Amino acid sequence: MSGASLIRVEGLAKRYGNGGEPEVEVLHDIRLEIRPGEFVAVMGQSGSGKSTFMNILGCLDTPSAGHYYFDGRDAGGLAPDELAALRNASFGFVFQGFNLLRRVNALDNVALPLLYAGIGKGERRARARRLLEEMGLATHAHHLPNQLSGGQQQRVAIARALANHPRVILADEPTGNLDTQTSQEVMGIFQRLNREQGITLILVTHEAEIAGYASRLVRFLDGRIVHDGPVHPQ
Amino acid sequence: MRLAAVPSESWRAMALNPLRTGLTMLGMVIGVAAVVAMLAIGQGAQAVVNQQIASMGSNLFLILPGAATSGGMRMGIGTALPLTAADAQAIGELPTVTASAPMTSGTAQLIHASNNWSTLVYGITPEFWAARDWKIDSGEMFSETDVRSAARVALIGRVVAENLFGNADPVGETMRIRNIPFTVVGVLAPKGQSLDGRDQDDTVHVPLTTAQRRLFGMQIPGAIRFIIAQSASLETMDTTEEEIKRLLRQRRRIPPGGEDDFTVRNLTATAEAAAISARAMSFMLGAIASVSLLVGGIGIMNIMLVSVTERTREIGVRMAIGARRRDILVQFLTEALTICILGGAIGAALGVGGAWLAAELADMQVVVTVAAILLSFGFAAAVGLFFGFYPAHKAARLRPVEALRYE
Repeated sequence: MSGASLIRVEGLAKRYGNGGEPEVEVLHDIRLEIRPGEFVAVMGQSGSGKSTFMNILGCLDTPSAGHYYFDGRDAGGLAPDELAALRNASFGFVFQGFNLLRRVNALDNVALPLLYAGIGKGERRARARRLLEEMGLATHAHHLPNQLSGGQQQRVAIARALANHPRVILADEPTGNLDTQTSQEVMGIFQRLNREQGITLILVTHEAEIAGYASRLVRFLDGRIVHDGPVHPQ
Repeated sequence: MRLAAVPSESWRAMALNPLRTGLTMLGMVIGVAAVVAMLAIGQGAQAVVNQQIASMGSNLFLILPGAATSGGMRMGIGTALPLTAADAQAIGELPTVTASAPMTSGTAQLIHASNNWSTLVYGITPEFWAARDWKIDSGEMFSETDVRSAARVALIGRVVAENLFGNADPVGETMRIRNIPFTVVGVLAPKGQSLDGRDQDDTVHVPLTTAQRRLFGMQIPGAIRFIIAQSASLETMDTTEEEIKRLLRQRRRIPPGGEDDFTVRNLTATAEAAAISARAMSFMLGAIASVSLLVGGIGIMNIMLVSVTERTREIGVRMAIGARRRDILVQFLTEALTICILGGAIGAALGVGGAWLAAELADMQVVVTVAAILLSFGFAAAVGLFFGFYPAHKAARLRPVEALRYE
C-alpha cells in the first residue's frame, strides 16, 4: 500500500490528574501512521493505554501533548463543534456494549447520525433501512434494542457506524460481549467492509483470534507501542 | 433542517416517560393556573371599584356644614350654621366649577295602593344630574319650573319602583310621600352601590324646594343638607377646593385663623384610595401566585438535572456519532420549554375555568384579559428557559469520552 497516511500521530502523550494529585501519564510519545484502507488490530493489557489512544483517534478525547493529523489536518486545533462534525462525517464507532439508545428502535438508532448531519427525515429513514437490510436485519427495523440478541444489536451498531459513509471505523472490543459464533459473524462483516468498501478499520481487542482478522497488529504496553507489524509475518 | 429535527428527539424522550413529564408539567400547570385565576380575581376587584367611581361621577366634592366649636367642644356635623341654596349658587359661579347642586335629604314613608316602603328622599335641582351622570330609564327629569314651583313630582329608583309598583310602569302614577301625593315622572337607571355601600337604586328624588317646604321643614328657610360640586377636571381639583373654602369662609364670616365650620370632601380622593387598595390586592395575589410558578420552575430544573445525569451515557453516544454541543443544548432546552409551554397552556385554561368558577360560586366579579393570559404564558416560557438552561448547558458541556464511560 502506498499514498499519504490517513492518520498520523506524532509524539502523542496523554496525562491525567490535576492540581494536588500527581499526574499519571497513560500514553508516552506515541508515533504511528495508518494509511487508508488498512485493517489494524490494537492489542494490549487493560491499562496499557490502548483505549485512551482509540478515544483520541476518534476525537472523543484530546491529547495532552503531541500532534494528531487526520487526513492532513491537525485535529488538535479543532473546536469541540468541529470535532463533532469530524466524528459525524469521518468516523463510525462500534463499542463493546453496543451503546444503542435503549428506547429507540433499530431503524431510528441507525438514522441518528444522519439527523446530526442535517439530512431530511425521508432520506434518513431510507438510508437506515438499506443499511439494516445489508446487515440482514430488514425484519427487525422496528424492534427495540432489548428485543434483539447481542449479535443483532452489534449489527445495528455497525449499521449506525456506517450511516454517514465513514472513512474509519473504530471498534473497541466489538466482540467482547458476544459468543464465538456471533463474534465470527461480526468480524466477517468488518473484513468485508474493509475489503469491499475500503473502509479503514481500527480494532481494539485482547483476543489473538479476533486480531487475526486484521492485517496489521499494534501492541501497547504501559503506554507505549512495543510492537507494530503485520499480523501474519511471512 | 438539523435544528428543526433535534426537538423531535426531545419529544420522543418526553413521550417515553409520560409520568415524569406529567408530574413536572403539573408544577407548571398549577403555577400558571394560579397566576391567571388570581389576576382575574384581582382585576375583577379593580373593575368593581372603577365602576363605583364611574357611577359616582367624576371630580366631585361633597360640601357639608361642619361642626360648631363652642368652648373647645366640637359638636359634630350639622351643628354649625347650615348651608343654603344661595351658597350652592355662589359656588357654581366659581371659575373652575362646572356644576354645583344643593341637596337636602331625609327618610320618608312611601305609599302606593296597598304597598308601602321606607327610603331616602333627596331634594335636588336638575343641575345634580349633570354632575352625577345619572341616566333616566323611562319618563323624564323634572324641570327648573318644577323646582321653582315646588311641584309634587318625583323620580324613583329601580328598587323603589319594584317595591311600590311591582311590574307595572310607575310613570304617571301617583304615590304618597309622608302622605302627600306626588306624581312619578321618571324611573332612574340602575346604578348599584355607592362606595359607602348604600344602594343608590333605593332612593327617591324630588325638587329641592318641594323637599324643603313640603317634606323636611328646616328651621332656617332655604337651608340645605349638603352641596355637590364638580370641578372642571382632575387637574383643577385642588384649585376648586381652595376656592370653595375661601368663598365659604367669606360667606360665613369666619375670621382669619378661625377654624372652618364646614367640610369640603374630595369624593374622588376617597375613590382613589379604594382603587389603590384594590390594585395592591391584585398585585399581592399575583405575587403569591408567582411563587408557585417559581416552585414549578425549580421542579423542572430538578427533574432536568436528574434526566441529564440518567442519560449521560446517551449524551455520550450522541456526541460520539456527531451531535454538537448546540444539538444537545437544544434537545434538553426543548424538553424544558415544551413542558413549560404545554403546562402553561393547560394552566391558563384551568385558571380561566377557576376564575369562572369563583365568579359562579362565590359571586365574585372576575376579569380575564388576554394580556393576563399572555403574561403568564410568557412567564412560563421564561421560567422554562431560565430553569432549563442550566441542566441543558451541563449536558452540552459534558466531555464525550467521560459521558461514554459513565455507568
